[in-house]
Amino acid sequence: MNVHLFQVTLILYLCGTIAYLTYLIFTHERAAWVGRYLLGLGFVSHCLTFILRYIEAGHTPVVNLHESLSFFAWMVVGFFLLLRYQHKVEVLGAFVSPLALLLIIWAATLPKAIPALPPALKSWWLPIHVTFAFLGDAIFALAFCAGVIYLIQESLVKSKRVGGLSGRLPSLEVLDEINYRALTIGFPLLTIGIVTGAVWAEYAWGSYWSWDPKETWSLITWLLYAALLHQRLRVGWRGKKAAIMAIVGFGAVLFTFLGVNLLLEGLHTYTQWSG
Amino acid sequence: MVGLNHRTAQIEIREKIAFPEEDLDRYMKALYNLPNLTEGLILSTCNRVEIYAATRDPEKGVEEIKGFLAQQHCLPLPEFEDTLYILQGEELVKHIFRVASSLDSMVVGEPQILGQIKGAYRVAHATRTIGTLLNKLLHKAFSVAKRVRTETSIGNRAVSVSFVAVELAKKIFAHLEDREVLIIGAGEMCELAAHHLVRAGVKRVLVTNRTWERAMELAERFHGEAIPFSELSNALLRADIVISSTGSPDFVVTRKEVFKIIRKRKHSPLFIIDIAVPRDIDPQVHTIDNVYLYDIDDLQDVAEANIKDRQHEARRAEEIVATEVEKFCNWYQSLEVIPTIVSLQEKVEEMREKELDKTLSALPELSDKERRAMEVLSEAIVKKILHGPITLLKRTSRNSEGESYVDAVKKLFKLDEE
Repeated sequence: MNVHLFQVTLILYLCGTIAYLTYLIFTHERAAWVGRYLLGLGFVSHCLTFILRYIEAGHTPVVNLHESLSFFAWMVVGFFLLLRYQHKVEVLGAFVSPLALLLIIWAATLPKAIPALPPALKSWWLPIHVTFAFLGDAIFALAFCAGVIYLIQESLVKSKRVGGLSGRLPSLEVLDEINYRALTIGFPLLTIGIVTGAVWAEYAWGSYWSWDPKETWSLITWLLYAALLHQRLRVGWRGKKAAIMAIVGFGAVLFTFLGVNLLLEGLHTYTQWSG
Repeated sequence: MVGLNHRTAQIEIREKIAFPEEDLDRYMKALYNLPNLTEGLILSTCNRVEIYAATRDPEKGVEEIKGFLAQQHCLPLPEFEDTLYILQGEELVKHIFRVASSLDSMVVGEPQILGQIKGAYRVAHATRTIGTLLNKLLHKAFSVAKRVRTETSIGNRAVSVSFVAVELAKKIFAHLEDREVLIIGAGEMCELAAHHLVRAGVKRVLVTNRTWERAMELAERFHGEAIPFSELSNALLRADIVISSTGSPDFVVTRKEVFKIIRKRKHSPLFIIDIAVPRDIDPQVHTIDNVYLYDIDDLQDVAEANIKDRQHEARRAEEIVATEVEKFCNWYQSLEVIPTIVSLQEKVEEMREKELDKTLSALPELSDKERRAMEVLSEAIVKKILHGPITLLKRTSRNSEGESYVDAVKKLFKLDEE
């Protein structure tokens, strides 16, 4: 059942993405509206997918790569819809929805059967640690999208080509503000994610920190965002530099999440990832 | 519709023909009282005077309106008759849709005209000089204008140089409310741009000038603050938008200066508009991060690109108008088709009853059963005969043939002679 719902979600995200891109390319106001509703419906169906899978599995379904990717996409879309309430940044949807779509398409190509839970993961720390880590990552994904749009808009304004596309993008200040807010919310979440991970590691592996690749890369990611936050608050880094940092930072997030598991071996490798 | 506009009539005539806004209700009543008009509305702006009316007799109606214009303005008709254009039917529908969508305006896409039509509509509505037809037409025109506005970007591009400044500022800043504008020097364009910015929400205006009195004078006009020219660097620290237009032959603000200032500002963005020729601001300033410098040529280019864009959007708008005109005309034709069908049915039914009575009274020996059979027979024949014409009328009511079929049916069955 949850697999069928997953497919419904995928189709809704696909349609939402098409609508948003239509808005971006052909300036149809109505298309953004359609895109938002499709994405919203997709989110609802994604929620149901998650709940059903939770009930069927008996544990939080964030164990294998299929589940993690799906969970990540779910959070990214959720945060975007939340952000949409505060800022009228319709166009962000045209960047967020393809990202969510890519994640979920990848998830779709992986085996969807519910895996047996390895004994080491049988703990309440699993949902807590994973949720915080992904919450932070999802917010950084939004900062990444805002950063990309910032660079596009900035180069348009700098090169004095302000007709067409530029008119559909939000103002530089709004994009920079999203960057800042994502940083101030995402950074504490990432920190909690790492700390809960360390505490859990103490219970499960008997040591807070064992320099396994995932831990190392989380730390690198954390340091990157810490540096950006520091520069922002102290030196007043903003705009282009902050946007580039948000993009680089998200690169580190992705590597920590995916690269480490696909390329490096470590304690965090529990299940067969590549399918 | 009878009217004239900026393309057909010189300003001298337009100002004579225009109806003053405050007396519009009186004029509309006078128009409505013309014997051949059933509905009437006057649209009078500085670029056009148009009289929309519904009449049973178009020829007489038009003559009456012409006479009305001449009489109300005490102007002999021949003096302006050749500036008038007269539109009917589909042409008229298209015209009002285009006018409301600002496709017929002097500057295509300027939104004022819609407000002016709405104003005229309100007066006409209040004085009850319009009925179903014009009501429907105007409401449709409003919704077409809205469709054009939401589905094309015809209206949201600045086409005047001073307004481009506002458009650009909005690309950099989210809200203009808590921003400060600094005017360096003076000049009409400078003032106009600042004025637009204030209208767009900017709260504080700072003015600096080598001549202190002139700075004071301009600051007063904007309820702003005059700043001594020697304090320019400090002013640049505060301001978010700078408009410069001095007569200085050298750069007033150099790259080095701005570079220092932007660090002190903690890289808070600075938008500089250099209207002066020769330029006041070192063009190299534009290479600094978070500083955006536009000179007069850049503004001109943006305005021109926007005008081109509007023309492109106008083509899309014309397509929308065309489909809406078709829809409206279909609706209008169906108004005529339905009464025709009804009277056709009535007329034939009447004939059938008459002939049946005649036959039956001539054949008194028929049984009840036979009488009923004859009745059913006659009904069936009538139904079969009418089926073809009625379906044809209904089907063609949606295209341009409809009108000629309605005419043909009316003539064939002599429906008008009653």
